[in-house]
Amino acid sequence: MAPFYQFGFFGEETGLSFAFVIGIGFGYFLERAGFGSSTKLAAQFYGRDLTVFKVMFTAIITAMLGLFWLAWMGILDLSRISVLPTYFVPQLVGGLIFGIGFVMGGYCPGTCAVASVTGKMDGWVHLVGMMVGILTFGELYPVLDIFYNSSAMGELSLDTLLGIPYGTAVFLLVVLALAGFYLAETIERRLAPMKPGS
Amino acid sequence: MTQTRYMNPYLAGVGLGLVLLAAYVLMGRGLGASGAFTSVVAAGVNTVAPMHARSSAFYKEYLPENASPFKDWLVFEVAGVIVGGLISGLLAGRVKRSIDRGPQISVSMRLTFAFAGGAIMGFGSKLARGCTSGQALTGGAVLSVGSWTFMLAVFAAAYAFAYFVKKQWVGG
Repeated sequence: MAPFYQFGFFGEETGLSFAFVIGIGFGYFLERAGFGSSTKLAAQFYGRDLTVFKVMFTAIITAMLGLFWLAWMGILDLSRISVLPTYFVPQLVGGLIFGIGFVMGGYCPGTCAVASVTGKMDGWVHLVGMMVGILTFGELYPVLDIFYNSSAMGELSLDTLLGIPYGTAVFLLVVLALAGFYLAETIERRLAPMKPGS
Repeated sequence: MTQTRYMNPYLAGVGLGLVLLAAYVLMGRGLGASGAFTSVVAAGVNTVAPMHARSSAFYKEYLPENASPFKDWLVFEVAGVIVGGLISGLLAGRVKRSIDRGPQISVSMRLTFAFAGGAIMGFGSKLARGCTSGQALTGGAVLSVGSWTFMLAVFAAAYAFAYFVKKQWVGG
């Protein structure tokens, strides 16, 4: 039964080789989607190219439905999959800071790795800047730790928060995503009649 | 040199989603990126100032002797991301030395923004306990409230701030 590592099908070292292979798949699709280019990523925030939204939400929906169906078929034990714990205020503030950095720098941590390896100098500079930002956080951690650990809500999921069944939440998110995709296609047609060549 | 066109976004999204699903099915954990870079930073601090790194509640969690297996896992995963990105780039004829920028911004300004943006993002990713990979995708797929909060905040802030850096990206 899955998750296979948790049920002892293989050890830590085999897990690390899977990490490398999974990473290759991750990097491959990021580059294929055009996420090695900051101008393509940033275009999301000027309404001209909503690829970031489409790729991210398709990925989330795909993985979410995969987990849901595998659990339904009894192949996967969902209770063994940890829901990332919520620290509401620091995650909200962290997200706002991250968003400003995203539109300024043009990359996120994974995409700047892909950009760097495909020769983008702005990707390398972004990568160095990111490590400086992490170092700054590390040095300030003694004064930040109280805020960092505030508003802890544990492993809270949307279905629990809303008091609805897991399957209903999954269904609602699929509907929301489909509506979002329809809207994204409409916006792109209106604002960017000429699709930028790739 | 002819470049392959980018993949259809929905197709690329399904590909990424299946990669994330594979991580969950195999390991019970999702993907990540900022965590691996934090391991690199912690290793750097440990080399320069080992006493400082070991006494820090933040860095010591990322040092090899204390790190949870998942932190090593992320480092191997990001090593894979670099290889995977290179493979796709080479196959598409997109690997070349260049600087991505809008038509109206100088190289030095673009690189200044890349550095500043990277630093702000690095800081934010630590405060939020992850990035677009480790929070938005990974936590989003298992409906984590914190991950969805993070993701909506990222989009809201980027849209709100986009006006101030418009010159960097678009002409006119």
